[in-house]
Amino acid sequence: MTTILGVPTAALFGQLLLGLINGSFYAILSLGLAVIFGLLNIINFTHGAQYMMGAFVAWMLLNWAGLGYWWALLIAPIAVGITGVILERNLISQLASNDKIRSLLFVISAILTFLLCYVGIGWSEGTSLAAALLVGAVFGAVWAHVARERISTAEGHVDHLYGLLLTFGLALIIQGLFRNAYGSSGLPYQIPRELTGGQNFGFMFMPNYRGWVVVASLVVCLATWFVIEKTRLGAYLRAATENPTLTQAFGINVPRLVTITYGFGVGLAALAGVLAAPIYSVNPNMGADLIIVVFAVVVIGGMGSILGSIVTGFGLGLIEGLTKVFYPEASSTVIFIIMAIVLLIKPAGLFGRAA
Amino acid sequence: MAEAALATRAPAAAGAALLSVRGLEAWYGESHVLHGISFDVGEGEVVTLLGRNGAGKTTTLKSIIGILQKRRGSIVFEGVETIRMPSRQIARLGIGYVPEERGIFSSLSVEENLFLPPQVRPGGLPVERIFELFPNLRERLSSQGTKLSGGEQQMLSIARILRTGARMLLLDEPTEGLAPVIVEQIGRTIAELKKQGFTIILVEQNFRFASTVADRHYVVEQGRVVDMILNSELDQNVDKLHAYLGV
Repeated sequence: MTTILGVPTAALFGQLLLGLINGSFYAILSLGLAVIFGLLNIINFTHGAQYMMGAFVAWMLLNWAGLGYWWALLIAPIAVGITGVILERNLISQLASNDKIRSLLFVISAILTFLLCYVGIGWSEGTSLAAALLVGAVFGAVWAHVARERISTAEGHVDHLYGLLLTFGLALIIQGLFRNAYGSSGLPYQIPRELTGGQNFGFMFMPNYRGWVVVASLVVCLATWFVIEKTRLGAYLRAATENPTLTQAFGINVPRLVTITYGFGVGLAALAGVLAAPIYSVNPNMGADLIIVVFAVVVIGGMGSILGSIVTGFGLGLIEGLTKVFYPEASSTVIFIIMAIVLLIKPAGLFGRAA
Repeated sequence: MAEAALATRAPAAAGAALLSVRGLEAWYGESHVLHGISFDVGEGEVVTLLGRNGAGKTTTLKSIIGILQKRRGSIVFEGVETIRMPSRQIARLGIGYVPEERGIFSSLSVEENLFLPPQVRPGGLPVERIFELFPNLRERLSSQGTKLSGGEQQMLSIARILRTGARMLLLDEPTEGLAPVIVEQIGRTIAELKKQGFTIILVEQNFRFASTVADRHYVVEQGRVVDMILNSELDQNVDKLHAYLGV
């Protein structure tokens, strides 16, 4: 058996591949966080829960509607993205408003509808909880919209702390509800038939599905980077990030851009969730476990930096993989050690612009 | 002070006012900055707001475009009351804003800055005409916006709203801190825009410059319009104006 630096090549490349897979998820998730932070100036702590929702929507589509993996890849990001849009319009954007009636209407009517569906109609078995929740949220949003004229917001940035508390609270609620309904042992999700099997390169064996995840993640990240850096829509986003007031004074609808951006960032999280479903089991805690590392990635790359989150996402996945080979004891802490060092030397992050 | 009388003596040549400001009050947070500004601007006119630092000239422009949300009174543009509108709707009525700090975006290239403001009306200047007015911009299209010189940034800031079809331009101190050659070029540009029928409100400290381009001057003092001077009568009023401006 061939070895490199005393390590069998198969083990080395195996761990590198694993690192690359983890890096793929870090990259997509931190990219979504970076996009959201850039424009909304909010640290979206709900991101992990939304990633988990993506995986669950894939599972629901398969088990309730008979729609397989490829449909899930398309539908789950849109569905979870819409829940993100509802949250942004009714809760997050209202943080900046002096008038909280819209948020109150949303929360109260969502809870009432949820209770009606859950208790009154007898939707009590686990699988229907999420549906009742969704109906409640949609109804709440519609009602809040009808009862209250759209209030123009995004005039100023809100203190980080409020957004953080709101999104963190939402994450706990969402995870708790899914844990109640589905337990925490996890649900199985099969690798799609087209991607079973693997390639034997001689020096290592690569399962097809894992290769697909890396490629899909790279494509999604680069496409997002391209849209933001090279297109007209991206120019609007960058302008609104830099100076929302002036961008608005040119006739650009900044509040709508903010909503779309949040929905898109959330959709990215859900996409990562679908990609993850066949690798890790579909589990209410899957997001909470991953999101701490992803936040470290974001800090290392530089808050709000698009390219930074992509490069550091993949890079740190690889470093983590290498650490597993050469010094496994440190593999779960290496990212945080790097974070501490980067914060000491370059507080704005590797790709961040100093404020 | 007979502000209404001042305002109605206004649009000398032009017909009905394109923009009509009445009793405009505005606040920065708790501090009350404008105390009832009233004036009119006729179609095709170039009007300046003159006054000392802190008199409320910039604040008046910000209130018209709607960047300053805390405002009261009446601002009617082409017959539409805009006092309750957010700035994005006011811009869509056809008002272009050039802020004092120029507002060039550093995360956008010169080209992206130029094409950022969406078209709000048909009939904006074609890009070729814009490059004739500001030939420097053509060579710098791919540079980062804020890498331009101060004068070029000012030109870019004006150029980008000429594309949009806005017929009324709000220019906040376009000559501030610029070399005399550039000031001259901006003066020629304003004259050219006037010839093409643009309506312009110009905030200026430099009244010598203002007198070369404007039809009328409104004098702003402590958040009110206190006088209106026709450019043709400027010579008779130089002493009065010096007293207002404290020069």
